[in-house]
Amino acid sequence: METATLNNKYTYKDFANDQEVRWCPGCDDYVILRSVQKALPEMDVKKEDVVFISGIGCSSRFPYYMGTYGMHGIHGRAPAIASGVKLANPDLSVWVITGDGDSMAIGGNHFIHVLRRNIDLNIILFNNEIYGLTKGQFSPTSLVGQKTKSSPYGNTQPPFSPGELAIGAHGRFFARISGNTPKEMTETFVEAQKFKGTSLIEVMQNCVIFNDGCYLKYTDKTVREDKQLYVENGKPMIFGKERDKGLVLNGLKLEVVNVGENGITEEDILIHDAKEKDPTLHQMLIRMEYPLVTGIIRSFDDITLEERENALTEEIKSKSSFHSTSDLFFSGETYEVK
Amino acid sequence: MITLEKKKPQAQALNNVVIRFVGDSGDGMQLTGTQFSDTSAMFGNDVATFPNYPSEIRAPQGSLYGVSGFQVHIGSVEVSTPGDNVDLLVAMNPAALKTNLYAVKPGHTIIVDTDSFTKKNLEKALYEKNPLEDGSLENYRVIQVQMTSLTKEALKDVEGLDNKSITRSKNMFALGMVYWLYNRSPEHTIDFFKKKFKTKPHLIEANKKVLNAGYFYAETIELIPNSYSISPAKMAKGTYRIIMGNTATAWGFLAAAEKSGRELFLGSYPITPATDILHELVKHKHFGVKAFQAEDEIAGVTSAIGASFAGDLAITTTSGPGLALKGEAIGLAMMIELPLVVVNVQRGGPSTGLPTKTEQSDLLQALFGRNGESPVIVIAASTPANCFNYAYEAAKLAVEHMTPVILLTDGYIANGSGPWRIKTVEEMPEIKNHLIKEAKENWHPYDRDPETLARNWAIPGTPGLEHRVGGLEKDKVTGDVSHVPENHEIMVRTRAEKVKRVQNYIPPIMPEFTDEGDLLVVGWGGTYGALHSAVKELFEEGYRNIGFAHFNYINPLPKNTEETFRRFKKVIVCELNSGQFANVLRMNIFDIEFLQYNKIQGLPFANSELVEKFKSLI
Repeated sequence: METATLNNKYTYKDFANDQEVRWCPGCDDYVILRSVQKALPEMDVKKEDVVFISGIGCSSRFPYYMGTYGMHGIHGRAPAIASGVKLANPDLSVWVITGDGDSMAIGGNHFIHVLRRNIDLNIILFNNEIYGLTKGQFSPTSLVGQKTKSSPYGNTQPPFSPGELAIGAHGRFFARISGNTPKEMTETFVEAQKFKGTSLIEVMQNCVIFNDGCYLKYTDKTVREDKQLYVENGKPMIFGKERDKGLVLNGLKLEVVNVGENGITEEDILIHDAKEKDPTLHQMLIRMEYPLVTGIIRSFDDITLEERENALTEEIKSKSSFHSTSDLFFSGETYEVK
Repeated sequence: MITLEKKKPQAQALNNVVIRFVGDSGDGMQLTGTQFSDTSAMFGNDVATFPNYPSEIRAPQGSLYGVSGFQVHIGSVEVSTPGDNVDLLVAMNPAALKTNLYAVKPGHTIIVDTDSFTKKNLEKALYEKNPLEDGSLENYRVIQVQMTSLTKEALKDVEGLDNKSITRSKNMFALGMVYWLYNRSPEHTIDFFKKKFKTKPHLIEANKKVLNAGYFYAETIELIPNSYSISPAKMAKGTYRIIMGNTATAWGFLAAAEKSGRELFLGSYPITPATDILHELVKHKHFGVKAFQAEDEIAGVTSAIGASFAGDLAITTTSGPGLALKGEAIGLAMMIELPLVVVNVQRGGPSTGLPTKTEQSDLLQALFGRNGESPVIVIAASTPANCFNYAYEAAKLAVEHMTPVILLTDGYIANGSGPWRIKTVEEMPEIKNHLIKEAKENWHPYDRDPETLARNWAIPGTPGLEHRVGGLEKDKVTGDVSHVPENHEIMVRTRAEKVKRVQNYIPPIMPEFTDEGDLLVVGWGGTYGALHSAVKELFEEGYRNIGFAHFNYINPLPKNTEETFRRFKKVIVCELNSGQFANVLRMNIFDIEFLQYNKIQGLPFANSELVEKFKSLI
């Protein structure tokens, strides 16, 4: 990658194009699109080195609306396509755009394996807990009991939590962001780009048509600060409008406490360590229902697949006496016919 | 059993000979066969080989289904198949004898290890009586050798060997005998041991001892009445090596990557019998090959599509069931018009079918196995060695025409081997590409070359050419998403025309033996050897009215296909399926009657059955 600073010569407009954006009015996808376009000038990347790869679904129309290189792929396969792009040219900044149907159902296999391998990709998962483009069936993140077009009496299939799944697959970077917080989203995308390895950002994205208000109890402006804990690395895990609530570890469980009650001071509140290799605490944070933990929950630096591959290739090259295919073809047992 | 007279060995000249080594899957029959064929090739014979092993990893010892074999055909004349019937069978146990006896020509030779004909082994092979004693083999020349005991005896003074490795080296005793029988020197194999066991000198000594013991045993026992000589074949000058079809395929791609200046990317998932291409390519990191073992077939092909988008020469390798899974992605590559080579090493189908057996039944899948109208180039290799050329050609066509190419080989040619006159990259044809290095005014990603209709290839990292591709229909000019009805029709026709125009870049069909006459034998892909040798046999018998046209290009067909067929009174299409290519020809040419000869047994064509069929038609 070019290391020279690019002095933020771009604006968000450089990453837009002339195509008409066709999402439903009021969809969070617009917020995500603009946040990505705003984040890109903040990154140390050249426009021509940026590639967006998607699968199928509402979210996956995203690359068509970007002024970068892009491919609208096939259902669930974006991580595999993106892996090919990145392995072919590790200098590129490669982004995967996917939804909960795309990545958790039909593409579940590719999703877990890309995380396991730790290829330096950034995955933005638009999670609206519903199938949008196929018009309203339950998805692998829909809640039990949820009534949808394909579950008129209530969904009977328990959901996946993308973050838990990611950690189970040895994911090294996981962030969860509300679809209505563009500033946090932009910052998170910039951090994801800086992170070497597969970064997964789950965006809680509202579907205005088929699952409207699905996250309202966490994302509504009136309750947001009381119901969400936005974590930052190295800072105490404090939340609430009055910043008076925090997390402590009680035995093997996380517990919400009130600062100033029962002799609890800010000192007692857990400090967030996203860089910790052991995912136990990150997993507990992901699982919490109150407060819902958002922000960069895990960001553990590790060697990437392409770094491993590159090192191995250089080592083999340095030891090999083969410089062209002819060296190979004439090696070993050959014989002359005269 | 033939009583053998004692007489002085005398070499008898032969044109060609077929030998089959069979034993338990742990008996080292593949190694024995490979050593014999390599030695013969270096002597100057033409050779064709075919391994045949069970689909189980290691079946129980002595069982009928655990028999592993390796057949080799060597000749002082051109050899185009591993042969159907064998002149010499080396059977290491009763099960091997039982399952392979059918292939031995009456009056010909069988060498057995009598030590293995124990009560237990006979029972496992379901023999009620010992076939060596009940007279059932009287139509053959059976050479009974106490191979295991003689091997033990030969090795009694070698230190550092356990019982198991002593018994295991009996295959070298058999090989030594066969070397003597066919006037071959064991030197090449001794050199092989010196390299293989560089750090284990006792194993070099042991194997050499047993090999020589077999050789001298055959010489001294005088049980063998004569030995055979097969003089060198007339072959084109050059440097040769024995190559397996799958290796040749892998090397063809290496050569294409070097010639085109693109890095080679393979996205693949293991499947029999294609996996050896992956095994070969992962070795070549020194050439910068990126061989990615993906989590499944779909990730194999889609990672390749991603790599192609980023500018690599991208391939994916699989066999029939894997091609089924890749279908949707091939449609995407076809829609976004990127170069991609898909290798399908065909095996017996449908479903899991006969994974270790050969068939040609994926042709229709290759041509049509995608949704919508999605033509791709389909070509087929026809011999182990020319897998190199057709892999190269597949890459060249994909890059020059910006389209997916399906290369069909099959288990028979992929696992078989033969001499390959080594080709250097300098000898191979040029590979042009449609890469654009810098931004031009009024540029569109779907701008096309007026001759080939190939679109241009703008890869990420190039400033000013940022663009989006995808599976949604494209505007014919800008490449943007378009739902305009007329535009869709234009694009469907354009994509079809692009593949059709490949006809201008492929060679015409050139019938062998005669280009007009009574009967044209038509084949495609891996049946070349069998069909060619059958027609050649008839030609040598004096039939001058039979021609042979073998197709390597299937979509599009060579331009002169119809015209060629019309020069013959009858056309017979021979395939290892129920008539897929015949139907493709019927789709293209309405008023010719295509006769068929089909075999659907997971087995290659036998020479005799073809000769008989062709004779009945003239």
